[in-house]
Amino acid sequence: MGCFLVPAAEAIVTTVVTKIVEKKEAATDNAAPAGAANSEAAAAVKIPFSRKLKWLRNLLWGGVVLLLFEHIWHGEVVPWFPFLTAMSDPEDASAMLREMSTVGVTMAVIVTLVWVGMLIVSSMVEKQASKAPAKI
Amino acid sequence: MTLLISLVAAVICTVIWYKNAPDNTLRVDLLCWMYWGASLMWLADAIFEFAELKEEYFAPAPKDMLNDTFLGLSVVVLGLVIWMVILLIKDPKGVIKKALLRKND
Repeated sequence: MGCFLVPAAEAIVTTVVTKIVEKKEAATDNAAPAGAANSEAAAAVKIPFSRKLKWLRNLLWGGVVLLLFEHIWHGEVVPWFPFLTAMSDPEDASAMLREMSTVGVTMAVIVTLVWVGMLIVSSMVEKQASKAPAKI
Repeated sequence: MTLLISLVAAVICTVIWYKNAPDNTLRVDLLCWMYWGASLMWLADAIFEFAELKEEYFAPAPKDMLNDTFLGLSVVVLGLVIWMVILLIKDPKGVIKKALLRKND
């Protein structure tokens, strides 16, 4: 009914946070002293957090777009106000809210958990990459 | 069925992306994100449907299965269309720009 709205809300928040983090990272890079060459090697193997946030953002937006199409297909989303057919009937609206709080939240949680898994794997790769030059 | 089709599309795109890595000129990663994102969300849907229908979940009516198959294929095509539009707008190889600036034809 409207389950995709929960990951859509998360996608909007993630997009905003990504932009803020990107700006902060750019400001930090510009403010770095000229003699910070030692940290360059470490930075080379460290993936910026904004890039990691983009993985979550892409997963969420990608899924939301295709699920929006599915909801249009089933006639649950329409191009006129209030856009969700369930909103025209109070009983349907409460069923929609129930679905959002169960299925919608689970969707957002599953996508976020997969992203957390990606973060764990990437941090392991980063650690291995930072150790590798020391062995040589 | 929709979940299955989107999962197959996600796996195929991931294999293509991996095979061509690190070259990502054609932005196959966009397709991976879209199909994996949708697959994960439909997985949540499937979990709740399975909890409600139990074994009936695996024996859908032929009409529902046909509709779901048609929807799954449409979703895959929509993903491809979105990817193609982004690719043509970004034009990483400069093909569109060259074609538009060509003096002949």
